[in-house]
Amino acid sequence: MTFPDNLKYTKDHEWIRVEGDIGIIGITDYAQSELGDIVFVELPVKGKHVKQGESFGTIEAVKAVSELYAPVSGEVIELHAELEHQSELVNKEPYDGGWMIKIKLKDKQELSGLLDVKGYRELIGK
Amino acid sequence: MKRTAFYSIHQHLGAKIVEFGGFEMPVLYTGIVDEHKTVRATVGMFDVSHMGEFEVRGRDAQALVQKITTNDVTKLGRGKAQYSSMCYPDGGIIDDLLVYDVGDRYMLVVNASNIAKDFEWVTSNIGSLDVELTDKSDTISLLAVQGPKSLETLQKVTASVLSSIPYYSFIETSVAGIPMIVSRTGYTGELGFELYFDSSLSTAEKVWNAVMESGKEFHIKPVGLGARDTLRLEMGFCLYGNDIDRTTNPLEAGLGWITKLDKGEFIGRESLVNVRQAGVKRKLVGFVIDEPKAFPRHGYEIRSNGHLLGHVTSGTVSPILEKGIGMGYVASEVAQVQSPINIIIRTKEVKAQIVKLPFIKK
Repeated sequence: MTFPDNLKYTKDHEWIRVEGDIGIIGITDYAQSELGDIVFVELPVKGKHVKQGESFGTIEAVKAVSELYAPVSGEVIELHAELEHQSELVNKEPYDGGWMIKIKLKDKQELSGLLDVKGYRELIGK
Repeated sequence: MKRTAFYSIHQHLGAKIVEFGGFEMPVLYTGIVDEHKTVRATVGMFDVSHMGEFEVRGRDAQALVQKITTNDVTKLGRGKAQYSSMCYPDGGIIDDLLVYDVGDRYMLVVNASNIAKDFEWVTSNIGSLDVELTDKSDTISLLAVQGPKSLETLQKVTASVLSSIPYYSFIETSVAGIPMIVSRTGYTGELGFELYFDSSLSTAEKVWNAVMESGKEFHIKPVGLGARDTLRLEMGFCLYGNDIDRTTNPLEAGLGWITKLDKGEFIGRESLVNVRQAGVKRKLVGFVIDEPKAFPRHGYEIRSNGHLLGHVTSGTVSPILEKGIGMGYVASEVAQVQSPINIIIRTKEVKAQIVKLPFIKK
């Protein structure tokens, strides 16, 4: 299982990669492995404003459905449309091909409340 | 938390372990969909040793089993098994179970999460009957070998001719040199066998390895509880705790075929006769969701024209149909095949259609 050290993590197993004032968001390798076969990712509409910790979508695995929580507040500026037909990308490439949304960050201070790779590994005990 | 004799094998295989019915059980090894398709295409093996087994011996063994179950145990004979249920006097289901006629005794196979409750119930109904009831759950291992290649897989490791065992029958034989009951039963809808044997660690390992080795040419895989659930749901089989429980009776659950109201007295009979005479008010139905990417889950509302009809009792994405499938109770008037219904998936209302079970034709 891999956890890149250039990402920030949430306790709910999302990751965010910050490029300028844009945050790219997905779920971690641990999360996809716990969920198993992912069959559908329900994303918000473009332009939606989300708050840190709020649900921005759902993820359906064969086993169960789970909420997706926004690591930061901001406006959803891009959706990963490819997931519509290839949700298995989240299983195969959780940090690359499996990214979900891009958010225009509202407040960069929020990032300081997220976990770094060390904190996240501790959380999941891996 | 309990472990089966196969626990270290599961761990070694990298299974994802979850709590189920008081046991640490493998929910998946390679993935639910992969395991599911393996069982439909060739053969898979399940550790279901968490299931409970009670033995009933003695002069009145048959009378006790007849009294506490809804199916007619007198129709059995040595080497035959039947699916049955136990009900409370009000007709609510205590558990669904398998009854095996082993000649000198009956073996009742019950759900793991109900072992304590069931044992207490059966014990409390012995009264003056001359029986000896024993909970053998901890001393029996149970493996299910299921799929079109299950017969060929097992045939190589036993001297008995397995093709001559009819559905819901069993033999006492040896597999991989271990004495056991080999029963032509299962929870997948496929050709399959269930193996009951002594639960010591060395025995478990011997049987597991022999079957895996024999099934290699068919690409046998270990299968977890995740695929066990999707496989049984594709067949429309009930799961206790989801589709049936003490608030549901066998007649509304579509289990009328194991409810023999004319067999004589049994616990729950009077209530069930009344239900039958009045007509069942609601029925367990299967439905398929018409829209893509919409999957029903336990607890979701079933509606029609805005009216609440009931709730989804089991739901998933069918790995074979690649569609959302589910079951739930609706009023008998609307429980017609092809009736349109709506499932409320969080905030969305999606269209579904009641279908005849099973979801996939075998």
